Amino acid sequence: MTEKTVAPTVNSAGYDVPPELRQSVAITTLDKIWNMGRRYSVWPMMFGLACCAIEMICTAASRYDLARFGMEVMRPSPRQSDLMIVSGTVTKKMIPQIVRLYNQMPEPKYVMAMGACASGGGPFKEGYNVVSGVDQYIPVDVYVPGCPPTPQALLHGLMKLQEKIDRESITKVRWYQKDEIPAIPVPILGPDIIDPRDSAAIREMASRKAAPAAPAAQPEAAEAPAA
Amino acid sequence: MSEQTPVKEAPANPPTELEKRFPGAVKRDERPGFEGHIVEVAKLHEVAAAIRDEMGYDFLSSVTAVDYYSEAPEGENFIEVVYHLYKSTGGGALVYRVQVPRDNAVVPSLVDLYPGADFQEREAWDLYGVKFEGHPDLRRILLWEGFAGHPMRKDWKEPYFEEDVKPFKNRWPEGQVYRIEDRNPVGKNVSYPQGFDPDGFQETDDPRMYESLERSSQDFIEQIDTEQVVVNLGPQHPSTHGVFRMAVRMHGETIVGLKPVMGYLHRNHEQIGERNTWTMNMPFTDRLDYLSSMSNNFGYALAVEKLIGEKAAPPERAEYIRVIMAELTRISNHLWAIGFLLNDLGAFFTPALYAIEERELILDIFEATAGSRMMCNYFRFGGVARDLPEGILPKIKDLVTDRLPRKVEELDLYLSANELVRSRGEGVGVITPEDAIAFSAAGPVLRASGVPYDVRRADPYSIYDRFKFDVTVRQHGDVYDRYMIRIDEIYQSLSILRQALKDIPEGEIMNGKNPYQVRVPAGESYGRVEGPKGELGFYIVSTGKANPHRYHVRAPSFINLTILEKMCVGQKIADVVVNLGSIDIVLGEVDR
Ligand code: SF4
Repeated sequence: MTEKTVAPTVNSAGYDVPPELRQSVAITTLDKIWNMGRRYSVWPMMFGLACCAIEMICTAASRYDLARFGMEVMRPSPRQSDLMIVSGTVTKKMIPQIVRLYNQMPEPKYVMAMGACASGGGPFKEGYNVVSGVDQYIPVDVYVPGCPPTPQALLHGLMKLQEKIDRESITKVRWYQKDEIPAIPVPILGPDIIDPRDSAAIREMASRKAAPAAPAAQPEAAEAPAA
Repeated sequence: MSEQTPVKEAPANPPTELEKRFPGAVKRDERPGFEGHIVEVAKLHEVAAAIRDEMGYDFLSSVTAVDYYSEAPEGENFIEVVYHLYKSTGGGALVYRVQVPRDNAVVPSLVDLYPGADFQEREAWDLYGVKFEGHPDLRRILLWEGFAGHPMRKDWKEPYFEEDVKPFKNRWPEGQVYRIEDRNPVGKNVSYPQGFDPDGFQETDDPRMYESLERSSQDFIEQIDTEQVVVNLGPQHPSTHGVFRMAVRMHGETIVGLKPVMGYLHRNHEQIGERNTWTMNMPFTDRLDYLSSMSNNFGYALAVEKLIGEKAAPPERAEYIRVIMAELTRISNHLWAIGFLLNDLGAFFTPALYAIEERELILDIFEATAGSRMMCNYFRFGGVARDLPEGILPKIKDLVTDRLPRKVEELDLYLSANELVRSRGEGVGVITPEDAIAFSAAGPVLRASGVPYDVRRADPYSIYDRFKFDVTVRQHGDVYDRYMIRIDEIYQSLSILRQALKDIPEGEIMNGKNPYQVRVPAGESYGRVEGPKGELGFYIVSTGKANPHRYHVRAPSFINLTILEKMCVGQKIADVVVNLGSIDIVLGEVDR
């Protein structure tokens, strides 16, 4: 295979195509052609949370031009999008909506945590209304560091996502398996955010506070004097 | 910088004007570093009404609470509510405050006098648990109904609580480094009241909001006998400029009630700010209104410098650099605002693309000077962090004398006379000048309603008194005027920039060395600048320690939203996004 190939991902399946046919015939695996189609048409959701969203918009604008990656089609509806770029600080008040949006996206779906806040709480991590990383609730595929990540960094993250897509195989991906993919339970706004998956641990934690022998540096009960 | 109350100028001891007018109800604040008066809680409403009507302080700039808490039983234990007022004709501040016990914090509401106090009082209730008696709709605003406690109180600890002040010990090399989440049994940033059972829990947030929406549209409900629909726009909506939500009640297509719901980006700026050291807060201010970080730096620097005094007066060159950066920020912000207002008007993304292209050029300048495109973190107390890089001044000059005027004219040419922009903007979302002042609107929103109020002129700070510029003003108060005024302001900023570039001297950029820790004497100060979105104020209280005792941001985007419901009622649903776009909000600043 020394001759020029049609596209980097095509004609590399180890089949020897006669030279006269190389301009018109390409042989590849189903996975590759399937992934090639997907990697160049990732539609992100038009969804911005905070400062990072501004850099995301700049990335989509003419100077950095997301269209080069086939990703310029930002959809305001989760039903039509493949990629959720969590671009900003995830707060407790917002996380139920984010989880809901994630559940509403059809498979295949990807999540990118853009910036320090979405990856781990960032500068606001200690805040009482801040979720330290969106990955505490939904699975994340790519983390992009930065505060905010520059458009170049975001593009790099998107290319990493393309690499991840390239490695997937149509026979193994979760959305073609028999079992249904369960939805992520939506958190509830209680006295603090409640993740239904944690309810046993929460009950435990709430009852343990009564005992004086709580583990070291246990934060105090969040009770302010009634006003 | 010259914010002296008229009362403060009175000779030392004889009773001040206010004391004479309200004997017994008002006494001077004698604490060192504090200004203004302490008003008797029971008399607050009466005094406030008299101050507004007799003395002409018609613009309520900021209302906020401060918690004075000490564990010792004989220490001071009260909550103070501080009011900053100005005259809409210009001049310094009038400050008065009330003090109430922490366990029974009840203060009469001033919403009937100053409708602009609405959201600010709700915020004080939410974060401090101050009950405002007579407030028409006292619900939580940033957090949700049902949240345990009032988090800004000094005795309330957040789940990831480590220590009261930074830098935390575990960041020291000799201390043991641990991850704070490992100490929480759930591994998340959460904590629950004792005995809380998550099963069978009922949410209480939304029902209260809908009740309130129904109450405010009651008149219509009785008049018209048709079914009404409630539509929620946001928090994930392409036209809400971030995570903002509006619950709109409609009769047909006509809006009969609207409740903004915010807090989806409430990231505890103020609480984190009170734990940080003074300098550590500078990068956090960048993230308030993330489209105009330089202006935010400016406001915070001014507030702290005012408290430090002469020792932190920036040198000439630094002042010029500050003005240049602040005006560039204003231009970039307005370009963005115009582009995205056009988005809301239906010209999807093309004007925005053109606007962003110009903004990128300004961001390049920021990146060269401060090191970052958006989060500049450039100002320091007493100057700026570093000098301008070589060769940047000619670049700025090119930009402001050639490229930007050309491009703004182009925008102006294609957009301002455009049939659709005019017909969707003219007469839509009208705010009268009286309303604009009463609702504490600021910035372009205020000036588009015919009130020529610009902090740069009304109460000059830094070196703005040296430049010739017009305070832009438009008369109709509609969406179109709020669009036009931004174009006008860009021209004025360009003119200021040209003057500043001509006069900028060589020299120092810091007063003394740039210290790692600053010493801020005890006292309070309120620094305000004319940010691109309006009057941006920082209210700080220092106890002389390494970190602020109170750090409050008077956020123009937040307060400008108070008038949104009034603007929208009676209009069509399609105009809501346009009205919102014309206010130009940034959620980082609304929710903080
Ligand atoms: S990572 Fe930084 S820029 Fe991004 S949302 Fe968080 S604070 Fe803003």
